[in-house]
Amino acid sequence: MPMDEVALDHAHDDHDHKPGFFVRWFMSTNHKDIGTLYLIFALIAGIVGYALSGLIRWELASPEIGPLMGMMEFFYGLEGDAAREQAKQFYNTVITYHGLIMIFFMVMPALIGGFGNWFVPLMIGAPDMAFPRMNNISFWLTVAGFALLIMSMFVPSGNGGNGFGGGWVLYPPLSGLKGHSGPAMDLVILSLHTVGIASILGAINFIVTILNMRAPGMTMHKMPLFAWSILVTAALLLLALPVLAGALTMLLTDRNFGSQFFVPEGGGDPIMFQHLFWFFGHPEVYIMILPGFGIVSHIISTFSKKPIFGYLGMAYAMVAIGVIGFIVWAHHMYTVGMPVDMKAYFVAATMVIAVPTGIKIFSWIATMWGGSITFAVPMQWAIGFIFLFTLGGVTGVVLANAGVDHALHDTYYVVAHFHYVLSLGAVFALFAGWYYWFEKMFGVKYNSFLGAVHFWITFIGSNMIFFPQHFLGLNGMPRRYIDYHPAYEYWHYWSSVGYAVSAVGTLIFFVAMAEALIRRRKAEANPWGEGATTLEWTLPSPPPFHQYNTLPRVTETDDH
Amino acid sequence: MAIKPASQAFIAAGVVGAMLALTFASKPLYDTFCRVTGFGGTTRVATEAPDRVLERTVNVRFDANVSDAPIQFRPSQVNFDVALGLHSLASYEVVNYSDSDISVIASYNVTPHTAGRYFNKLECFCFEERVLKAGERKTLPVVFFVSPDLDDDPLMKTLSTITLSYTFYQTDDFEGATKSAALANTVARP
Repeated sequence: MPMDEVALDHAHDDHDHKPGFFVRWFMSTNHKDIGTLYLIFALIAGIVGYALSGLIRWELASPEIGPLMGMMEFFYGLEGDAAREQAKQFYNTVITYHGLIMIFFMVMPALIGGFGNWFVPLMIGAPDMAFPRMNNISFWLTVAGFALLIMSMFVPSGNGGNGFGGGWVLYPPLSGLKGHSGPAMDLVILSLHTVGIASILGAINFIVTILNMRAPGMTMHKMPLFAWSILVTAALLLLALPVLAGALTMLLTDRNFGSQFFVPEGGGDPIMFQHLFWFFGHPEVYIMILPGFGIVSHIISTFSKKPIFGYLGMAYAMVAIGVIGFIVWAHHMYTVGMPVDMKAYFVAATMVIAVPTGIKIFSWIATMWGGSITFAVPMQWAIGFIFLFTLGGVTGVVLANAGVDHALHDTYYVVAHFHYVLSLGAVFALFAGWYYWFEKMFGVKYNSFLGAVHFWITFIGSNMIFFPQHFLGLNGMPRRYIDYHPAYEYWHYWSSVGYAVSAVGTLIFFVAMAEALIRRRKAEANPWGEGATTLEWTLPSPPPFHQYNTLPRVTETDDH
Repeated sequence: MAIKPASQAFIAAGVVGAMLALTFASKPLYDTFCRVTGFGGTTRVATEAPDRVLERTVNVRFDANVSDAPIQFRPSQVNFDVALGLHSLASYEVVNYSDSDISVIASYNVTPHTAGRYFNKLECFCFEERVLKAGERKTLPVVFFVSPDLDDDPLMKTLSTITLSYTFYQTDDFEGATKSAALANTVARP
């Protein structure tokens, strides 16, 4: 067909002709550039979220309200009780925005928008995403959502002070007119709507890309596991995010247009919000971790110089996790007063998730078993991921028991649990992917000594932050409190010291990045050798602006 | 693939639309579900008393709560035993101790929640907005029975106590209700 020839000619023409700076970065339709933008964005949002958690650890390093009160005195000129009251509201907003930023503007943009955009097309042998302009909209809507969220921190809450302080779960009545009547909560809703639309558009884009644009010969059952993980994640996004959008819209109309979905005096039920929220919220935690599963699978396989053990089992374990993820939501709300039969169901269903997750963990270990392992920087992060994620998974099984959860609900045990799976799980997977693909993406080598130091210090630091929180939780330290009994001081103190250690690790990360960008050592197309078998390693580093003008063919013998 | 990529995108968008619609449909579904199953301790509304009275009794306890309104609200009796199927009268007393008229509404449920479907109300003051004049004192009756079907439910074998609980909310704007806002004003807005 002549159309094809024209397209091919054109593609050949601007093989490495890049548009000017503004058009390239602000009007980008190139999946690699958009991926880079997402990664830069996530890095910036991550710094903000990380700084907020620093405020939390600073305040909790010792009992009594101290540092934040000092901040209120310093910034707002408040004194005494006024400063203390303001510090409480500020603390509440800090924990809320830390959660929202890390989830919606750090982990999701980095894993899905960043690595997903970069490597799904490269791995499946596609020239770009199916809808490149929609890709651009997704990115800029995410930025807009972030701007709205940051704005909301600085507008009145309605109950004195600024920002929304009701926790990332946004439960009414705290998120309703009675709790926060001011514009801060409305901006949070608007922000989440915006970033939700961005994610839904991105999800549609990934699904269509993966279903249609695989290289000739690449059947679904030959597709790399990272592409599988993004496909499952996209499906989860498609089903879960509209529920959040709906619940938030109800909240919005409750607040502004007199509806009473969640207002008990109007016949509404605040518990219904919790059901809707967690129907989204539970799949959301898998949305955050599944891409990490995909990344880690490739890294383990690459550095063990073996194909992944049980490829099909790995792919369908992710599908199973995704499916089961939708029917376990009420394990977040055991304490709302549901019948014991219902709790029994949610306990059982929740524990079932340990089965596909176990398949994944054991398959990673089996992949390493008998492999010729090199402990390169990405491999260190990936093994760190497996260890920490498993630890977080085990405490998850503990919390899945309704009886136990009644005691531990909303304590630091829960905080420790989900930080082990997310902060130490998803984030370690993120860094693993970063160090695995850094050369490929940016065309320069990093210093692996600095990468290893970054790993070890972060590993020690983040374990120091979160491991003592198990003890705090078991002893009854509640979540979301600005102050505590001096009996909890010892472990809180060490948890805060752990933060300082992890901050050193973060500093080393930036040093490592700066070193790589200043020294500009030329990258190789495939620095990892024979273990790296996926298609992105067949391209030069960085890949050309447009790749696969001739589609790669996947033959029978090619492995995953 | 037989389906064109653009159509796939529209199908995916359709899935999003369907989930969104389902979210809003969950409101009436949730209400219906609670009413039908007695979930969350939702009680039944009955029009006639049951045809049989059993010897088994349960102790019904009465609980009264006020959510941020200038009223005093309490049950006239702490508890009493009722035979299953026998219809009984209980009452609550409510006083508006403020010097302005206010309108209030009550929500209600029973615990254990699973007993909700056996708790029937023939007459109740709940879910009807009412105005309490300044200083007014009112006695509010509840006519109810505990269905004899409870005796046939194996899960209710050990049930000996049901607590009926009401919470009054204020539905109009009243200065006292905005006291949290007033408190907030003592803290300087940054």
